[in-house]
Amino acid sequence: MKNFLFNTLKSLTLHELLRGMSLTLRYFFSKKITIQYPEQKTPQSPRFRGLHALRRYPNGEERCIACKLCEAVCPAMAITIESEQREDNTRRTTRYDIDLTKCIFCGFCEESCPVDSIVETRQFEYHGEERGDLLYTKEMLLEVGKKYEKQIAKDRKQESKFR
Amino acid sequence: MEEFLKQYLDPTFAITFAYLIKIFCIVIPVMISVAYLTYFERRVIGFMQSRIGPNRVGFFGLLQPIADALKLLFKEIILPEKSNNFLFFLAPLLSIAPALAAWAVIPFDFEMVLADINAGLLYVLAMTSIAVYGVIIAGWASNSKYAFLGSLRSAAQIVSYEIAMGFTLVGVLMCANSLNLGEIVMAQQGGISQWYCWPLFPLFIIYFISAVAETNRAPFDVAEGESEIVAGFHVEYSGMAFALFFLAEYANMILVSILAVIMFLGGWMSPFSFMPDGIFWLLAKVAFVLFFFLWFRATFPRYRYDQIMRLGWKVFIPLTLIWIVFVGAMMQTDYAEYFH
Repeated sequence: MKNFLFNTLKSLTLHELLRGMSLTLRYFFSKKITIQYPEQKTPQSPRFRGLHALRRYPNGEERCIACKLCEAVCPAMAITIESEQREDNTRRTTRYDIDLTKCIFCGFCEESCPVDSIVETRQFEYHGEERGDLLYTKEMLLEVGKKYEKQIAKDRKQESKFR
Repeated sequence: MEEFLKQYLDPTFAITFAYLIKIFCIVIPVMISVAYLTYFERRVIGFMQSRIGPNRVGFFGLLQPIADALKLLFKEIILPEKSNNFLFFLAPLLSIAPALAAWAVIPFDFEMVLADINAGLLYVLAMTSIAVYGVIIAGWASNSKYAFLGSLRSAAQIVSYEIAMGFTLVGVLMCANSLNLGEIVMAQQGGISQWYCWPLFPLFIIYFISAVAETNRAPFDVAEGESEIVAGFHVEYSGMAFALFFLAEYANMILVSILAVIMFLGGWMSPFSFMPDGIFWLLAKVAFVLFFFLWFRATFPRYRYDQIMRLGWKVFIPLTLIWIVFVGAMMQTDYAEYFH
């Protein structure tokens, strides 16, 4: 009975509601944590998994040896590879397509690659305007690799001691 | 203004025309404040959640409500195939019309009122009650189970809280001895100590909570309840028809706030005797009260439906009745002056 009276009186003073409101009022004046995207960006990890790239060795030879491990491991089956024997008897790809609309950016292809050829860059601001724009071919992937090679090499080197 | 127009126009025309101008002078600022209330709602709730809120369209996002309105204007109005077309389009009109019509009797300043009628308070109550038809008809005409559930909920809720709200206003009537809104404000002359929110403090709180429930705002927004019944009564509406419901909700919010200010916070009266009275006091107080609406929405989770009914019928109605009896009894004692 005593408890009942106490609880009734307490709820009539709106004590708990006022405490909740004081909390939200405190937050009203607190520092805002919004990141205003195009001008400000969140820091990126060197392990960031963004747009794919195919790398070349410093002498210009492409790294990919068409072992097709990435194609096999890809859970979304986004990678298609065809290969041939080149004149110098090495095996190279004739076709290396990644369908970015299928890709789930898990990074398995990069993990499986024995020659660090296929990598995921930090690039995430890209888009396609027509159907098929996000189907990246070998030439496009090599182009990406050429463009960001410095950053890619730096990130791989930094992470190499943990792999 | 009528005299001025009579020089140029036929007398009957002049009166009509003068009233039309006055109506525009009320409706357009109301519409603009509705638009900016939505903007401030998003900003205030954003701030309370450590966010910034809309700040891209125009300076500090000040053009955001205009962009939103334009977007809604250009959207297609979708008509559900098995709905009742006539009622489907009548419903938004039925909810916006009373929300705007009630403004006719609101006194903004001394003698600054469109229709100075004696039963102003009753008129306002009647108008806010009609608004429930818009919600019910919208829910029924949509021919959708979510819309129907939402409209049933809000009908029961609005009817229950209407009673508690009416009782709180009885307290004000007893103090002011008048149903005329202007006279109620004049009775609170003489600074902050004379406002009715002090002798009628419990009624003021109950009025305000009932007002939140009346306008279907959080934490009493079971009519919409987007996590339970999608969007409640306006789930089938789109484009301008949806915008009308939105307008009505916010116009009602401003209306109940202005009523709270008129009846409990001294309307256009200045809180300090050394400062002049004026419409700016009314606007400042209304903005203050409206902030509470946004503050509530940022703070409280939605009530469960049976808790809403319990609060309305078992708590508010008995409490208001007790306080009315208390005020009536006090008026027979030596302390009567504190209650006038």
